[in-house]
Amino acid sequence: MDTPYQNHIDKDEFNYVYEPAEDSFLLIDALEKEIDFLRKKNPLLCLEVGSGSGVVITAFAMAFPHCLCFCTDINHRACLMSQSTASHNKVFLECVNMNLVTCFVDKKFDVLIFNPPYVETESNDCLSNGIVASWAGGIKGREITDKLLDMVPKILTDDGIFYLLLIKENIPEEVKEIMLQKGFQANLVLERKVKNEHQIVIKFYR
Amino acid sequence: MKLITHNMLTSKCLKGVVTGYPLAISATNIKVTEVDFNPDFIVRIIPKIDWEVFWKAADSIGHSDGLPQTVESKLHDNNDFLKKVHRVLLEVEIDEGHLTCPESGRQFPITKGIPNMLLTEAENKFAMLLKSANDLYHEVFAPMPRQI
Repeated sequence: MDTPYQNHIDKDEFNYVYEPAEDSFLLIDALEKEIDFLRKKNPLLCLEVGSGSGVVITAFAMAFPHCLCFCTDINHRACLMSQSTASHNKVFLECVNMNLVTCFVDKKFDVLIFNPPYVETESNDCLSNGIVASWAGGIKGREITDKLLDMVPKILTDDGIFYLLLIKENIPEEVKEIMLQKGFQANLVLERKVKNEHQIVIKFYR
Repeated sequence: MKLITHNMLTSKCLKGVVTGYPLAISATNIKVTEVDFNPDFIVRIIPKIDWEVFWKAADSIGHSDGLPQTVESKLHDNNDFLKKVHRVLLEVEIDEGHLTCPESGRQFPITKGIPNMLLTEAENKFAMLLKSANDLYHEVFAPMPRQI
């Protein structure tokens, strides 16, 4: 999987939108590891929630030219950046300024990708829709993730796949248990220790 | 916003709105951008879209010319038909305008091609208030056995 061209982005914009970092690249590497599996699935519609700079969904769109890619972000500036990253890399991307997936009809997406705000913070910190929303995860760094988990069964097609990035502090075992209750199996795709963070990417499927 | 996206958007996130679908389109600026034509993709996407909603949306922005009101599988071999669907579904783009919730009349602006489906702070507060009131109601009344 190629890393999208990003030099078009004005660096000052990263005061408002999360700048691609190790977690973003781990997610791209995880999707690359899944490429043969995903090619066999031949997904039609893919959605990234909280796309920020748009680097992950653009990388996906470049690798899967026959899949239509969508993204949402609660931050309007992130939506604009995702859109421009996609167009600079000449891929199709539809972007909607939305809270998670609350305004999509059910059972359309074959692939769902989420790099959530995972940092442990006070509960109130995760109510913003600016740059803070890109990292502040509330209690256990899981408040936003848990909200999305509840929506996953409805947003995915019956054989849809969900890729989620977490850190150890988010207690991935608990997340797996929550998803198991909803009928999803879990596989670890990739993990990496970066500075003081242990990041992992999990794949959920029915 | 392309019509493929419109076909999948609802305003059911608004409290009191049941289906919120389809949203009405008001367009003040429409762009057409070229997208690579992939007939196989169009054949696969047709069963996934709500055709009636797609046709009416196309008609409401003046792009339904040559698009049949109902779709039959024999059309899947017709390249002209697939090209037309490709154009209206993926190339026509609402750049500026707004979407309107069919139940509440609430408008969602579209700027630079991006629909803003976020609720206002007041709408969010109201939704949270309604949820707390609902939780409280269930906490107080649900444990009580019904007596007649």
